[in-house]
Amino acid sequence: MATGSATLAVWKFASCDGCQLTVLNLEDELLSLAATVDIRFFLEAGATREPPAGQQYDLSLVEGSITTSADAERIQLVRRRSRQLVTIGACATSGGIQALRNFADVREFTSAVYASPEYISTLARSTAISDHVAVDFELTGCPIDRHQLLDVVQAFLHDRRPQISSESVCMECKRRGAVCVTVASGIPCLGPVTHAGCGALCPSCSRGCYGCFGPQESPNVEALVPRLIDLGMPGRDVGRVFRTFHVANPAFQDAASQADAGQAAEP
Amino acid sequence: MSHSSDPARVLETRGLARVEGEGAMRVVVRDERVTEVQLQIYEPPRFFEALLRGRGYTEPPDITARICGICPVAYQLSACLAIEDACGVAVSEEIRLLRRVLYCGEWMESHALHIYLLHAPDFLGYPSALELARDHPDLVERGLRLKKAGNAILTTIGGRAVHPVNVKVGGFYRFPEPEELSALLTVLERAREDAIATVRLVAGFDFPDFEQPHEYLALRTETGEYPLESGHLVSSAGRSFAAQSFDEYVSEHQVPWSNALHARLAGGLYVVGPLARFTLNSAGLTPLARGAAAEAGLGSECRSPFRSIVVRAVELLHACDEAIGILGTWCGRGAPAVTVAPREGTGYGVTEAPRGVLYHRYELSADGTIRTARIVPPTSQNQASIEDDLRSLVQSRLHLDDAELTHRSEQAIRNYDPCISCATHFLDLTVDRGA
Repeated sequence: MATGSATLAVWKFASCDGCQLTVLNLEDELLSLAATVDIRFFLEAGATREPPAGQQYDLSLVEGSITTSADAERIQLVRRRSRQLVTIGACATSGGIQALRNFADVREFTSAVYASPEYISTLARSTAISDHVAVDFELTGCPIDRHQLLDVVQAFLHDRRPQISSESVCMECKRRGAVCVTVASGIPCLGPVTHAGCGALCPSCSRGCYGCFGPQESPNVEALVPRLIDLGMPGRDVGRVFRTFHVANPAFQDAASQADAGQAAEP
Repeated sequence: MSHSSDPARVLETRGLARVEGEGAMRVVVRDERVTEVQLQIYEPPRFFEALLRGRGYTEPPDITARICGICPVAYQLSACLAIEDACGVAVSEEIRLLRRVLYCGEWMESHALHIYLLHAPDFLGYPSALELARDHPDLVERGLRLKKAGNAILTTIGGRAVHPVNVKVGGFYRFPEPEELSALLTVLERAREDAIATVRLVAGFDFPDFEQPHEYLALRTETGEYPLESGHLVSSAGRSFAAQSFDEYVSEHQVPWSNALHARLAGGLYVVGPLARFTLNSAGLTPLARGAAAEAGLGSECRSPFRSIVVRAVELLHACDEAIGILGTWCGRGAPAVTVAPREGTGYGVTEAPRGVLYHRYELSADGTIRTARIVPPTSQNQASIEDDLRSLVQSRLHLDDAELTHRSEQAIRNYDPCISCATHFLDLTVDRGA
C-alpha cells in the first residue's frame, strides 16, 4: 500500500454494498490501485486508518443514501474530512429504491411505526448525498460501472474532469452496433432517456433498458411515455418502471406522473 | 476470584471490518462470566418487504437483487422460484441448469471474496488483504483471479456482475451463445486449478480448538445434486419440510440491539450456510470436490465454525467444477424463458445463497400485483448462533488479553461471512423496536 501518496476513503450509508463491491471487482487493477493510492478507510476491505489529525482524505467515495438522523450527521463529518467527495451509485446520487418510502401513504407508515415515534423521522425520506453536503462529482448507476469508476478515481487523482458522457443509452447501442430492440422487436425500452454508462447491457440481452442509471441530461420523457404505452406497456407498468431505482429523481417522477395520467385515460 | 464490584471487562468493536455491511460487537464479562453478548447491526433498514407491496409480479428479481450487491443472484432466483410457484409454472431443464451455473458464479465470486479478501488475513496475521498482498502478492492475485472467474459467469450468463440484467421470472431474456460459453469454459478450467490450490492453502491454517453443537439447516435436492437453486429443507436434528412450511418452522423475533430480526428454528438456535450444507449434503459434491474435502481433513460433518473457511473453499471448487460439468453438455435449444401468467395465490421459494438458506414468499392478486412479501435472509438466521459462538469462545478464553480476545471474537463473527446489508432489510414496519 502506498504511503505518502493520495489518500482514499470509501464510505457506506443505506445501500446494498454493490457499488463498493465494484471497487473490489476491479480485479485486474485493485492491487496496482492500492500501490498508487493509500486506501486508508474502507471497512469492507479491512482498512480502518484515520487520517492524521487536521488532515483530510484526498478522495472520498460515498455509497448509499441518507435515511437516519445519525447518518445525516455522519455525512457532514465525511464532507469535512474529504478534500474531494464523489458519490457512487443510485442510492447516493438520487436516494435509491429505498426512496420509495418518500412517496408512500404517510398515514399508513405512521400508524405502522407508531410504537417508536423517535424512529419515524428516520423513515420518512431517503435522500441523496447532495441534499446534505456539497458533492464534487456524482457517478450514477445501480450499480455503477467499474470502468467509469476507475476513470473517476484516476481523474480526481490527476486533477482532471472525469470523462463521463451525459448522453443516453441509445448512443451506446449505436456505438456497439446493437440492433434497436424497440425498432426491430417492438420491445419497450427506457434507453432514449437513460444515462449512458452501462454499455447498453439490457438491449444486448434482448431486453428493454429499465433505467437503472437514471435520467440522462435533459431527458425527453414527455415523448417517450406515450411511445412506451403505444408499444403495449400498460400505463401502470410505465409508472412502476420510472418509480424504481431513481424514484426520487424529478425527471423520472414527471414520467411516472405522466404514465399515471395516461393510465387514467386508458379505456 | 474477582469481586462482584469489580468493573466489568468490555470487549467492543465499533465498525466491524471485513464484513459486508456495517455492524458492531459488544461482549461484557463480569466476575469471570460472560454476561452480555451483542452482535449489533445498526445499518439502517431499507424496508424491501414494505416497498414490494403493490409492485408487479415480474419485478421482484430486479428489485430484491438490490438488497445485496454481493449475492444478487440468490435474491433473483429465490424470487423467481416463489413467483413461478405462485403462478403454477415450472421452468425447463435447460433453464434450471443455466440457473445453476449462474448461481455457481455467484458462489465463486462471493466465496473467493470472503476467503481471500475478508477471512484469510485473520489466519495469516494481517489487518487486510491489501497488506497481505504486499508480502504475498501471488496469493491475493489468485483470490482475485477466482473472483474474476465467478464474475465472468455472472457477466456471460447474467449480463452484469452486480445486479445481473438477464434474469427474469420464467428464465432468461436470452441464452448465451456457444462461443461465449466456450470462452467462459477456458476461464473456468484455469480457475479450477486455483480452487484446488485454495483448498490446500486454507486446510493448512491453524484452527482454534472450538466446536459448537448448533442445529444445521440446509436444502436437500431430490436429484442428489449439491443444494443450490432448489430442494426441500432438512436439518441435522432430523427435520424435513418443504418451502411451503418454512413459516411454520422458522419464526423471527426482535432484539433491541439489532436492526435485523433473529430467526429461530422451532424455537431454537440454528445455523445455515457452508457448514450446514456440507454436513447435510457432502455426498452431492462433485468427486473432485469430495476428494479435496477429504484431503483437507474434513470428515462427514464439520462442527468447527473456524473451519468454515475450508468448507467455503471446497464449495468454491465444487461450484467451479459443477459449472464446467454443466456447460460441457449444455445447449440452449428451447426458449430462454417460459411464459408466466399471473394468478391469485401464494408462492414460496428457497435457494442456497452463498451464506445459506434464503426464503421468499409472495402473495399475489389475480392481476399479478404483490399483496405481501416475506424475505428471510441467511444472516438473520445465523445471528443468534454467532452470538452463542461469541459467548462460548470468550468464556473459554478469558485468560487472553482484551486485544487478543477481541480479535478472536471478530474472527468468530467473520466465520459466518455475515452479510449485514442483507440482514437489515427485513424489519417489518409493524415491529415494535422497544423503548
